[in-house]
Amino acid sequence: MFDFLEGYDLLGAFWVTVQLTFWSALGSLLWGTLLAAMRVGPVPLMRGFASAYVGIVRNIPLTVIIVFTSLGLFQTLGISLGADRFTTINFRLAVLGLTAYTSAFVCEALRSGINTVPLGQVEAARALGLSFPQTLRLIVLPQAFRSVVGPLANVLIALTKNTTVAAAIGVAEAALLMREMIENEAQLILISAIFAFGFLCLTLPTGLLLGRLARKAAVKR
Amino acid sequence: MPVPEGPAPEGGDALVVLSRVDKHFGSLHVLRAVDLTVHRGEVVVVIGPSGSGKSTLCRAINRLETIDGGEIRFDGRPLPAEGRELARLRADVGMVFQSFDLFAHKTVLDNVTLGQIKVRGKDRKSAGARARELLGRVGVAAQADKYPAQLSGGQQQRVAIARALAMDPKVMLFDEPTSALDPEMINEVLEVMRHLARDGMTMVVVTHEMGFARSAAHQVVFMADGRIVEQAAPEDFFGNPRSDRARDFLSKILHH
Ligand SMILES: Nc1ncnc2c1ncn2[C@@H]1O[C@H](COP(=O)(O)OP(=O)(O)OP(=O)(O)O)[C@@H](O)[C@H]1O
Ligand SMILES: [Mg+2]
Repeated sequence: MFDFLEGYDLLGAFWVTVQLTFWSALGSLLWGTLLAAMRVGPVPLMRGFASAYVGIVRNIPLTVIIVFTSLGLFQTLGISLGADRFTTINFRLAVLGLTAYTSAFVCEALRSGINTVPLGQVEAARALGLSFPQTLRLIVLPQAFRSVVGPLANVLIALTKNTTVAAAIGVAEAALLMREMIENEAQLILISAIFAFGFLCLTLPTGLLLGRLARKAAVKR
Repeated sequence: MPVPEGPAPEGGDALVVLSRVDKHFGSLHVLRAVDLTVHRGEVVVVIGPSGSGKSTLCRAINRLETIDGGEIRFDGRPLPAEGRELARLRADVGMVFQSFDLFAHKTVLDNVTLGQIKVRGKDRKSAGARARELLGRVGVAAQADKYPAQLSGGQQQRVAIARALAMDPKVMLFDEPTSALDPEMINEVLEVMRHLARDGMTMVVVTHEMGFARSAAHQVVFMADGRIVEQAAPEDFFGNPRSDRARDFLSKILHH
C-alpha cells in the first residue's frame, strides 16, 4: 500500500522543515524581543521604527516577503547571505524572510506580556538605580515571557506551518516534496494525510510542552 | 505629648534642599513654589489631603518625576538629569511605595540582593549576607526563600524596606507605606520605621498615621493644593495649628 513512498526522501524533507522552523524561531525570538524592547523604550526614534516595522510587516502576506528575499535580495541585489550553493542560499533567504515576518508577531505577543507587569515594579527597579536595559532584562521581560508562553506557542506553531511557504523559492522542505509526490503518484488523499500527520507530529509536542511550561510559570507568581 | 526620640539635628547639614519647586501635570499645577530642607538625620513627615501633591513631592526627590521650575539639591549638588549620575542618585535615595512593588518573580532574598549586585557591584555572597542581616532586622528572616505573593502585606512592606536599605541610602522616602495594609499589620511596619528613625536615618514620610508623626517626626509639613501651608515641629503643629486648612484637616482625620 505504501509502495509509492519508494524513492522519496520523506524524512529528509521534514528535517529541512524542522531546521527552517528552528532557525527562524531562534531568529524571530531574538529580533522580536529587540523590537518589543524598542517599542517600550524611552527613545522616540526606536519606538517609531519598531511600531512602523510591526505595522507594515504584519500586513504583508508571507509569500510576498519570501519571494522578495529571493527575487529582490538575491537576484536583484546579489545578497547571498554568505552561501554559494543554491540550496543553501535559498534556505538562508527563507529563514531571513520567516524571521522578519514572525518577529512582528513575537513582538506583539511580548508587548501584551509587558503590559501585564505592574508599573510599580518598574518604578521600584528604577528607584534602586537600575538602568532601563537592566530593568527590562531583569524585571520586565522575565515576567512578560512567563505570561505569554501560550501566545508565543501559537506563534511558533504558526511558524512551523508557515515554513511551507519556503517551497515558493524552491527550498526542499516538506511541502515541496508533497507537491512533487502528488504530481507523480495517484495517491492524493493518502499523501496529503501523511504530510498532515507529519506536521501534527511537529506542532503537537510544541504545544504540549509550552502548555506545561505555561502552567508551571503561572504557579510561581 | 511624646517628643521625638532622636535629637532634632541643627541646621547647616542639609541633605535634601528644594527651592521654589514647580511641577505641572498638563494644566494642573501640582507643586507650587515648594521650599523644603531636610537635614541629615532628620525625620520629616508630610501630611495633607488627597491630591495635594505629597506623592509628587516625594517622587521628585529621586527624579521619578521631573520638575518644571526651581531646583532640587541632594547632598550639595543639583539632581543629575540622566545616565549613570541619575542611577547613582537613585541608589542613594531609598524609596518605599504604598503598594510594596516587590519583584514578583524573584524570591525575597533575591529582591534584596538584586540592587546590591547590579547597581552597587557587590558579589553574590556579601550581598546575600547583607540581605539576610537586613531581613532579620525587619523581622522576616524566615521568609527569605519565599516569593512575595506568599507573604502578608505587612511582611511584603518590610521586605520592601529591607530592599531599599540594602543600597545603603542616604535618605529614605516613604509614600504612604501603611495605607494598603490591614490595620493589624500597620504597627509592625511603623515599628520598623521608628527603629530606623531612632538609628538616625534621614527620612521623608508621607503618611496619615498621626501617631507616627507625633512620636517620630522632627518636622511636620502640611501640604494643600500643591503648597506647603504649614511646617512645624510636631508638638507645635498638632497642639496649635495656625492655618484654617490644617485645623480643618486635623479635625477630620483625628475624629474618626
Ligand atoms: N502622572 C500623572 N498625570 C497626571 N496627573 C497626575 C499624575 N500624577 C498625579 N497627578 C495629579 O496630581 C495631583 C497631585 O497628585 P499626588 O499623587 O502628588 O497627590 P497626593 O497628595 O499624593 O494624593 P494622595 O493622598 O491621594 O496620594 C493629583 O490631582 C493627581 O491627580
Ligand atoms: Mg499619594
